[in-house]
Amino acid sequence: MQRTVLLAVSFAVGLTAATAAPVNYQLPDEVAAFKPGPDLEVVKGNCSACHSADYIKTQPPMKDKKGFWQAEVTKMIKVYGAPIDDADVGKIVDYLAATY
Amino acid sequence: MFDRRDLLKGAGFAALAATLHSTRALALDTVTLPFANGERPLVKYPQKRPMIGLTSRPPQLETPFAIFNDGPITPNNAFFVRYHLSDLPYNLDPDKFTLEVKGKVDKPLKLSLKDIRKMKATEIVAVAQCSGNSRGFFEPRVAGGQLANGAMGCARWRGVPLKAVLEMAGVQSGAKQVTFGGMDGPVSDKTPDFVKALDIAHASDGEVMLAYGMNGEDLPFLNGFPLRLIVPGYYGTYWVKHLNEITVVDNVYDGFWMKSAYRIPDTPDNSIEPGTTPKATIPINRFTIRSFITSVPDGAKLKAGRTTLRGIAFDGGKGIKEVQVSTDGGKSWVSARLGKDLGKYAFREWKLPVKLAAGNVELKVRATGNGGETQPDTPRWNPAGYLRNVVETIRVSVA
Repeated sequence: MQRTVLLAVSFAVGLTAATAAPVNYQLPDEVAAFKPGPDLEVVKGNCSACHSADYIKTQPPMKDKKGFWQAEVTKMIKVYGAPIDDADVGKIVDYLAATY
Repeated sequence: MFDRRDLLKGAGFAALAATLHSTRALALDTVTLPFANGERPLVKYPQKRPMIGLTSRPPQLETPFAIFNDGPITPNNAFFVRYHLSDLPYNLDPDKFTLEVKGKVDKPLKLSLKDIRKMKATEIVAVAQCSGNSRGFFEPRVAGGQLANGAMGCARWRGVPLKAVLEMAGVQSGAKQVTFGGMDGPVSDKTPDFVKALDIAHASDGEVMLAYGMNGEDLPFLNGFPLRLIVPGYYGTYWVKHLNEITVVDNVYDGFWMKSAYRIPDTPDNSIEPGTTPKATIPINRFTIRSFITSVPDGAKLKAGRTTLRGIAFDGGKGIKEVQVSTDGGKSWVSARLGKDLGKYAFREWKLPVKLAAGNVELKVRATGNGGETQPDTPRWNPAGYLRNVVETIRVSVA
């Protein structure tokens, strides 16, 4: 069964407009993980809903880590509407500044 | 940059896993981009060869730079991928796909893919480049996707002019802009959906295109299957993927992705003093002019004597007039021979035979456009890390 679907999909995407099936594109498993650090669970719970951990890991090393990460967390809340409890904001910023 | 051999190591894997259903993350290798915290995994996604992994959700993939030496057309399976929001239409059904055209039009339309493919097709060779391409080289560094120079690519796009679709719908008088929405969206309804806008005159210029084809094939899923907007000469942010909603509006669209994001300083060269904040901003628009050496990676060891340098150049749509190369760190410049002209929006190849003397050598390349625009010797800076087009330098040791 799985094989049939696979063939149909390859055909649909690779060759022609005469498509016959939904795309069913499958991403590789997500391997990027948050580094260990204080309040890791709070960070995972708040940040992982919208994006993978590599969004954080690949940010540049900044001189003012706390200021940088405070600005990023504020942006996530104010601009992108992340539902982060006020009580968690400081914990997340501290984790990011200490860990990345 | 990064070593071509890394790529070859991954090529076997590409053949093994070239289906849509590789569910295991294949840790092929890592590459280190030439800036601080530049280590990245080389990842294998369905329909893609090993690519530089920036983020996994939403997926963002950078093209390994060595590929740009293979020719002026970037293969579909090497084309970069950039998304903002994580809810991708992974299971979209092309047979049920509908493009809606609405707003200030006489006749709102719902077009299937078949309807669109039945229309008279046009083709254009054009570069797509992420606004944040090369952001990792900004100094001082800025937040955002930390890309080297591989968030760009040039393809032959096939589709229908947006103008033809707008004419079918009949744009009403008083229309100011056209907005574009795709099937991908945010995970949270509090996050602004990704919608972009073009002025009505731009949208109707006959060049802006709805593309279903890329280099003779359907668009790869991660490049916007089954339909995306092509805005020649403009940064990729406007090239909305999985395009299914076109709305003609009688105002200047003020959604987040136009009004607040993707803005550049409103100064003569769109740059400001590094580390400062602009007083006023405008939406990002046309590419700055750029050129690259593709045949020699930074840090290479070369033999003294004759060799031929190769590379590419492109700009925002005037077309490339001249490419000059320096083999002495910018003291003297020689014009390169330009390759075939694939159109004013395409990568323009160049090559130049040079004679290298032993020692540490700085190779530089500088393009000039038909409009006279050229590349600056020192980097321009803006807080979002856009528009980079400084004269590129490749440092090699010659013996």
